[in-house]
Amino acid sequence: MNNGLMMVLAGNPNVGKSTIFNCLTGMHQHTGNWAGKTVANAKGTWKAEGMPDIQLTDAPGCYSLESSSPEEEVARECICDPDIKGVIVVCDGTCLERNLILALQILEYRRDVILCINLMDRVRKKGMEIDTEKLGSLLNVPVITTCASQKKQIKSKLSRAVAELLQSSPLLDDKKDTARMSPEEIVEEAQKIAAAVTTQKSVEEDKTIKIDRLLTSPWTGFPAMGIMILVILWITLKGANYPSEFLSSRLLALEEPFFRGLAGIGLSAEFCEMTVYGMYRVLAWVVSVMLPPMAIFFPMFTLLEDWGFLPRVAFNLDRCFKGCKACGKQALTMCMGLGCNASAVVGCRIIDSRRERLLAMLTNSLVPCNGRFPLLIGIITMFFASESREKGALILTGVIMLGIAATFAATRLLSATVLRGTAASFTMELPEYRKPQFGKVIVRSVFDRTLFVLGRAAAVAAPAGMIIWIMANSFSGDISIIQRMAEFLDPVGRFMGMDGVILTAFILGIPANEIVLPIAMMIYMSMGTLGETGDLNYFADILCSNGWTEITAINVMIFSLMHWPCATTLLSVKKEAGGWRWAAAAFAVPLIMGVTVCSVTAAFYRIFL
Amino acid sequence: MLCLNQLKPGEEAVVTSISGENRRLRDLGLIEGTKVKCVLKSPLGDPAAYKIRGAVVAIRREDAADIKVVAYE
Repeated sequence: MNNGLMMVLAGNPNVGKSTIFNCLTGMHQHTGNWAGKTVANAKGTWKAEGMPDIQLTDAPGCYSLESSSPEEEVARECICDPDIKGVIVVCDGTCLERNLILALQILEYRRDVILCINLMDRVRKKGMEIDTEKLGSLLNVPVITTCASQKKQIKSKLSRAVAELLQSSPLLDDKKDTARMSPEEIVEEAQKIAAAVTTQKSVEEDKTIKIDRLLTSPWTGFPAMGIMILVILWITLKGANYPSEFLSSRLLALEEPFFRGLAGIGLSAEFCEMTVYGMYRVLAWVVSVMLPPMAIFFPMFTLLEDWGFLPRVAFNLDRCFKGCKACGKQALTMCMGLGCNASAVVGCRIIDSRRERLLAMLTNSLVPCNGRFPLLIGIITMFFASESREKGALILTGVIMLGIAATFAATRLLSATVLRGTAASFTMELPEYRKPQFGKVIVRSVFDRTLFVLGRAAAVAAPAGMIIWIMANSFSGDISIIQRMAEFLDPVGRFMGMDGVILTAFILGIPANEIVLPIAMMIYMSMGTLGETGDLNYFADILCSNGWTEITAINVMIFSLMHWPCATTLLSVKKEAGGWRWAAAAFAVPLIMGVTVCSVTAAFYRIFL
Repeated sequence: MLCLNQLKPGEEAVVTSISGENRRLRDLGLIEGTKVKCVLKSPLGDPAAYKIRGAVVAIRREDAADIKVVAYE
């Protein structure tokens, strides 16, 4: 049996369903200004006074009940579920005509509907007026109006409407006209109703179109996108420096007291060393090196997303994706990959055609995720731009561009071989720009990122640190297991312009990319000098004393860009694509590219320089 | 008689016929008799963005070629 009362939030994509959902349930579903942000149902409990608790589902946005994509299928199933006690249809008031199409389709299925006209602040700003009473009587359903900034109103208006809906006797089956309208008739009906209830009082100039002319014109479109990335990375590099040093000095200063404390309660020296120099040290590095850049980059990226920038990137790049016989929305999943490849793979559900979705999933890890940024930033700072953050940002932008180029190459290659086919039809909405909710976005994304990194450090980095310490301190013959592994892999590493240690680190880093650099450091240190200061100059000395050159650094960056995705991403691919063979493909595609590019670079260096 | 992809930014037209089955476009409210306005072209000339029933939607040249329109005065 179902537990309690169930209701559903439905509506077109990007009309603010998740915002309303968060407001009612107190949850923190991520929101963004683009169609398709929510790809899976979110469920939460809505508690309101004078009402039984309601299990509320936030359905993915859809344009129609005739499903043509996986997330629309999810939405349809949940809207037509006979067990639910009502549907709240959320509409964008500025685009009522289009939004009513879905509302009318839902009304053909069921009458227990509340129409919620959202984004009323923008309706007013645009000089429009909506006659909600008339709309309610034309459709014969309760109509309320909301806007995202007024949380209290959303709660009070919706709970009143729901209370009334629950009290009214369910007259579900005696719908007046049993004959269904054809899809075209529904569109015409929506047009008629919208025209009858909307009046345009005054015309405000369209800011969106002005910004779009700048961001999508032949001359300024691509440079504007490049500059945007450059600025974000520059702020990240500039801002992450100080907190990184602060964190590492503070956290590593705790090593000695921690060690003494453990030894003080009578634990064996070996156990103390393993805990402190293995587990704790890796954890401290991951936190101090990884956390600051993520906590700076991610909020800025989220602000751009909230503003409405991502669909423009997709609009500009679609022609290139079409050339690869892929979908322009792959640009959206690629952008999400800059945050996290695993969630971007799930986000690939916005792509309708299965073939094009697979292309996007298999190539997603070619853009560096947040977990790989710190490694890239670290190496760039150590080897190429120790003084100038501007130069660092420029190089990092170059690395991301290389990742994008690799994405196109891999997509093209795949669609010419294993995933052959023709490009499916493509439609994508370009929403109006919205003023980002600065406070909320920054607080949420810093908070979420911090928790995520700390959680991952605890769950992955700490145990990994322990295992590596054990491997570095268990000897077979006269060298440790980890050295043996590094030695074994050394010829392969050298062939690709790296060495066995870094390759070992990449292999041991499969659970999470964040720990690759810390592992490499651990191995180098266990083989030679030991020390405890954790700043980059010290790291650079260790690397150089272990034979790193600029060519090593370049190859490590390339390999970091193109190797296997992390375990979480592989699991997501398996789940989303339906089978381990696709996960294996997602493993092999970037690896083959990485091995090829690194080998060629290394050979080039050996021959010419 | 024009194809939708022949519209230049700023030009308006009314749809007269749609060949082929493109349910996506119908879901977005694009049917015979719908007024559309070309608002943007992407930097590489394709796709273009059209205002359809209050929303701006990007459509590729190939898909827009299936839609016949007449200029709107």
